[in-house]
Amino acid sequence: MADKKSTRQAYGEYLVTLGKKNKDLVVLDADLSGATKTNIFKKAYPERHFNVGIAETNLMGMAAGLATVGKIPFASTFAIFGAGRAYEVIRNSICYPKLNIKIALTHSGISVGEDGGSHQSIEDIALMRVIPNMTVLCPADAIETEKMMDAAMEINGPVYIRLGRSDVPFIFDEDYEFKVGKATLLKSGQDVTIIATGLMVGVALEAADLLKAEGISARVLNMGSIKPIDIDAIEDAAIKTGAIVTAEEHSIIGGLGGAVAEVLCEVAPVPMERVGVKDVFGQSGKVGALMEKYELTSKDIVIAAKKAIKRK
Amino acid sequence: MAFLEETARGIRRNIIKMIGKANSGHPGGSLSSVEILTLLYFEQMNVDEKNPRAEDRDRFVLSKGHAAPLLYAILAEKRFFPRSELANFRQLGSILQGHPDMNKVPGVDMSTGSLGQGFSAATGMALGGKIDNKAHNIFVLLGDGELQEGLVWEAAMAAGHYKLNNLIAFVDNNNLQIDGAICDVMSPYPIDDKFAAFNWNVIVVEDGHDFNELRNAVKAGKKSEDKPTVIICKTIKGKCVSFMENNAGWHGKGPNAEEVKQALAELEA
Repeated sequence: MADKKSTRQAYGEYLVTLGKKNKDLVVLDADLSGATKTNIFKKAYPERHFNVGIAETNLMGMAAGLATVGKIPFASTFAIFGAGRAYEVIRNSICYPKLNIKIALTHSGISVGEDGGSHQSIEDIALMRVIPNMTVLCPADAIETEKMMDAAMEINGPVYIRLGRSDVPFIFDEDYEFKVGKATLLKSGQDVTIIATGLMVGVALEAADLLKAEGISARVLNMGSIKPIDIDAIEDAAIKTGAIVTAEEHSIIGGLGGAVAEVLCEVAPVPMERVGVKDVFGQSGKVGALMEKYELTSKDIVIAAKKAIKRK
Repeated sequence: MAFLEETARGIRRNIIKMIGKANSGHPGGSLSSVEILTLLYFEQMNVDEKNPRAEDRDRFVLSKGHAAPLLYAILAEKRFFPRSELANFRQLGSILQGHPDMNKVPGVDMSTGSLGQGFSAATGMALGGKIDNKAHNIFVLLGDGELQEGLVWEAAMAAGHYKLNNLIAFVDNNNLQIDGAICDVMSPYPIDDKFAAFNWNVIVVEDGHDFNELRNAVKAGKKSEDKPTVIICKTIKGKCVSFMENNAGWHGKGPNAEEVKQALAELEA
């Protein structure tokens, strides 16, 4: 097994496994099946893959209609077009009637890279999280992607799965158990808790090692389930470590940082810092350079952790 | 024939009563589509009020969801729910929301209200029927102003592309939208040529209140072999209530007690 894989690649491959088990599963794409990796499913089940063309609002509307007649649609395109352009169709035709549709959007966040700010979705978690009936999941690696797809199949309703373009290291092994609404403890620690999601989970683990070298003990929580969010895990982290840092490849407004802040200030207010995109648009560049430019590296998490600890 | 006409008159009365009681709702576009839905539900569609979710039933999607009073009056007349529920239209806690909610109202096949989206969903339903080789039809009703939504044409393109001959769309061409005549606000004309260009079977009904004409159109639509069918129905907004007819002002306004009385008197005649 390679040591890295993108979550979109894992998605495309695992769709075939799910499609084999469930004949009602259909896949819809909007002319990006090579990039979203749904073309892997298309190769295995061409009669259950529908390319609706460059028409994202109709992608979501047709998914809604298919769900009403008993199909389980997985609708895929880039996060910016799915969560952005088709937002109100998702809201009114999918979530309002609580239809059984899985919206798996790729190319989320800054790690889209060279395509630049117009294509880097840094708002999709916020947009999807605010809609009633929606579940929001963001996998940290290929394994968690598969586990989340299994979990999504168990939910009779809309689920948003946030996928990325870039290869990410494996965090979990096959024995990993994912539960909707539950965080995963990846590292124990006493001084600060880093709560991360998506590709920032690997970065958070690196940051914990850097902090350890400086004598700071950091707990690391993977928050793959952003909605529902694990309130108990956040409360416990706040009480036991007294300082929180969130890390996400999304705007600091309305995403994981926003969600954790909402919980913290209600159940256990402690100093908190948000690592994320600071209310600005991205730009073209290599992924590594972008992560540095927008302060999404392990060093940035270390700085944030020290700041939060100092505020105790 | 007299049965359909009598039924349509009763539906119109209930539309007026509902919107009058709520003092809120959309009378104009409800009244203009009465014959279309009456023909579908009382003659052409295979639906069962005792088993509203039967798998092989025909489906109807009210893409112009603001005509909810019409759909509710029809479903109540078909006994999908008690007629007494109509009095609760738009009231807190009622199953009869301002726009149709499929999870609240027995017989509603899709939640609609945001224009263009019902048409897109109907296209998905028709595609689902094709995947499973089902024989049932999907009917959908659009407003003519609704054709200004870009999503309508995304869905029209897909329905033509997938050759969804199990999809029959009606356009309630009453020529008026909230802000005025559709050709003044943003003309969707020519409607027939547009659908034809999107690979649809196009039928124009010159009098959308004539059951014979509508029936012939539906029969022809059901026979379409490799194209979805659109039936463009020329109708009168506010039909059968003199002061509402052809008046855009009655798009989304509830009549007062006096107006209700007058409208009901006209509908007795």
